[in-house]
Amino acid sequence: MKASPEGVLTGVHFMDGDHAACEGALAAGCRFVAGYPITPSTEVVERFAARIPTVGGMFIQMEDELASSIAILGGAWGGKKVMTVTSGPGLSLMMEHIGLAVITEVPCVIVDVQRGGPSTGLPTLPAQADMMQVKWGSHGDYEIIALAPSSPQECFDLMIKAFNLAETWRCPVFFMMDEVVGHMVERVEIPPADQIEVVERRWSTKPPSEYRAYEPGPDLVPDMVKAGDGYHVHITGLTHDERGYPALNPAAQDRLVRRLSDKILKNADKMVDVREDGCDDADIIVVSYGITSRVADAAVDMARAAGLKVGSARLVVCWPFPDEVIRGYASRAKAIVVPEINLGQMVREVRRVVSCLPVYGVDHAGGSVHEPERILDVIKQAASDVGLAGGNGGRS
Amino acid sequence: MIDDSGQTRVGKGTVFVNAEICKGCAYCIEFCPADCLRFSRNYNAKGYHYPVLAKPEACVGCNTCGQYCPDYAIFGMRYKDIDALEAERKAAASGKGDETPGREP
Amino acid sequence: MNVKDIMVSEASGGAEETRQAPIENPVLKYMRRDRMPHIWCPGCGIGTAVNCFTRALDSSGLDMDKVAIVSGIGCTGRVAGYMDLDSFHTTHGRAIPFATGLHLSNPDLKVIVFSGDGDLFAIGGNHFLHAARRNMDMLVICINNYTYGMTGGQVAPTTPLKSTQSTMPFGNFEEPMNLPFIADAAGATYVARWTVFHVRQVVRAIKEGFEHKGFSFIEIMSPCPTLYLRRNKLGDGVDQVRWFKEHSVLKNGADTKDVALRAQDPISVGKFVERDAPTWLDSRNAQLASVLGARFVTTGGSDGHN
Repeated sequence: MKASPEGVLTGVHFMDGDHAACEGALAAGCRFVAGYPITPSTEVVERFAARIPTVGGMFIQMEDELASSIAILGGAWGGKKVMTVTSGPGLSLMMEHIGLAVITEVPCVIVDVQRGGPSTGLPTLPAQADMMQVKWGSHGDYEIIALAPSSPQECFDLMIKAFNLAETWRCPVFFMMDEVVGHMVERVEIPPADQIEVVERRWSTKPPSEYRAYEPGPDLVPDMVKAGDGYHVHITGLTHDERGYPALNPAAQDRLVRRLSDKILKNADKMVDVREDGCDDADIIVVSYGITSRVADAAVDMARAAGLKVGSARLVVCWPFPDEVIRGYASRAKAIVVPEINLGQMVREVRRVVSCLPVYGVDHAGGSVHEPERILDVIKQAASDVGLAGGNGGRS
Repeated sequence: MIDDSGQTRVGKGTVFVNAEICKGCAYCIEFCPADCLRFSRNYNAKGYHYPVLAKPEACVGCNTCGQYCPDYAIFGMRYKDIDALEAERKAAASGKGDETPGREP
Repeated sequence: MNVKDIMVSEASGGAEETRQAPIENPVLKYMRRDRMPHIWCPGCGIGTAVNCFTRALDSSGLDMDKVAIVSGIGCTGRVAGYMDLDSFHTTHGRAIPFATGLHLSNPDLKVIVFSGDGDLFAIGGNHFLHAARRNMDMLVICINNYTYGMTGGQVAPTTPLKSTQSTMPFGNFEEPMNLPFIADAAGATYVARWTVFHVRQVVRAIKEGFEHKGFSFIEIMSPCPTLYLRRNKLGDGVDQVRWFKEHSVLKNGADTKDVALRAQDPISVGKFVERDAPTWLDSRNAQLASVLGARFVTTGGSDGHN
């Protein structure tokens, strides 16, 4: 269905990624945000606090990220589309509630504007070092969805996608920005509300006597209800059965945890979003995401100018990891280069999937974006290693 | 339904005990204002003694026992409330009686 | 408790007929019958506190579809799971912020937090302080059994001095918290303490908490027979409740500074604080309306489309 116009700031704007993300959330129908200030994400909630009173909804600055991350879950059970916003140290505090959101299947968007870490690290400078944390940081086995915008425009556009994915799959969706994307100021075009598609929560149509809180549909997603509608739901973070009642035994655990995992992994093909350029006949493919992809594009251009056939594959949806797409490169390309602002995180996933192909990481401990020349050097090294330099097409 | 045949009523009320769910905590025995409850010499399947009305003539059906019980195993009722409930049920049952013409609704 | 002292004598035969109840136990109307019996120990006061809660619900006139209960983790945290209401069993210490989100996204709900002393005041202390400070419109019922029961009886912020607990095996030397004082100091606008002996007063306090606009806090002292009482050789649950009866002193309107619990001293019970103050939502709406005038859109209904 179409977005509600009161939340859509139609027009051409010059704004930073944090502000664009806020506008994206409003356009998507987000009406409850609980947050806590943390650089470089604070501007997202500052804008939301200023905007929501005239749009209609709620913002509350909670006392810490533990409170924000669970207040949004309460907000979702009250019927609202919800979001919280943080950076690395706050994300670490939210870990327990990520697990709670997963096991109780609450649609929510968690924005992480990544900064240098670990610990207090570099509050005002970029990194991309939380990528593994969102997938593995909470205890137990679980799957989540994560998107990586690379511009303020994408902070708007992909935020709508993030909310749509959250409502479709009833899980936390991470919006993996970084300090540069968050603070860079660029043109952001916001279309009219009737050109924005939003996904509404799949409310149950069953009467309370027949409704089972965690009985999945054919897509493995259960219909949702909200408090106050007479369903008298019971929602618990304990392992539970399809009624939502605690079921503390291995059989129930297997049923629940596998379904939650399958819900994402078996539907991953519906979530794939890799933006490719020139990958069909490339010898070397540069896989990147977020702000690094813009630097990588410059490196790819330089490599092509030097006569190499280089493609670029930009991960918009980073989790679930696009195994099939990346595996497809193994049969076509000769090497993969993965630049990221961390000491090697998503490159591990690439290596997991394409074990037969040389994969080169271009790491960066954090604090700035790569120099394109550094990525170019690795592309050239890869080319040389697989025997491409000097026009020699075959492997040496 | 209460079948009063053979059971004489003493006191102003009585208690109902679900013996199998009682956990023998003795709150009801301790706090009964008429001190009319005691543990049975019997015990339930879980091994707990459960309360019985040791002094039925003293029970007024105040439901203090029912207000304390942590397991919702016991509650008390006044006989007049039991009778009123019974009368209500009989009235409802006969009101739903057959539609023989001439019978008043 | 000596069971034999309170058992029928051999001589009084005939007192043991079983009667068929004309109705089910009235408490069960509010419980998830398919999850009974509950897990609480024999003589645990949580069951009695829940009993009082159901009787408060019964005479409150509230729409049971609009009452939501939120618990944390622990023995008291299991309360939500047994209530036939919209019920939420959340994470340890975080029932209050969850309840805040639920309340603010649908202010038509009557939101009750029902949790334990460790959950609300140790790990959850910060959240308690801020919700009280904000006068967030919710009722918080705290069962204080002096311990962390579910995990085996560890010291809690409310454990009396010198008591033995599993993580204070040589006797507790930490000063316990005075919960009503903290609630009052933080800004709670309704503060009461009762014990599970005070079944009628607890019902009345809970009903007052339902009606009170703002942050209401009720501390209900309760025995933990299996862990706290057993380790400290204080008898059974009924012995502790009798102790509550014999040692409680009614002190309505007392200065909360003076109601700290000391192991041998009388327990001050009563309604200590009841005052009117704007709730968080009232304050927010008033402020934004005064600044934004007609442009302010008050938070609306609860459908996911808004």
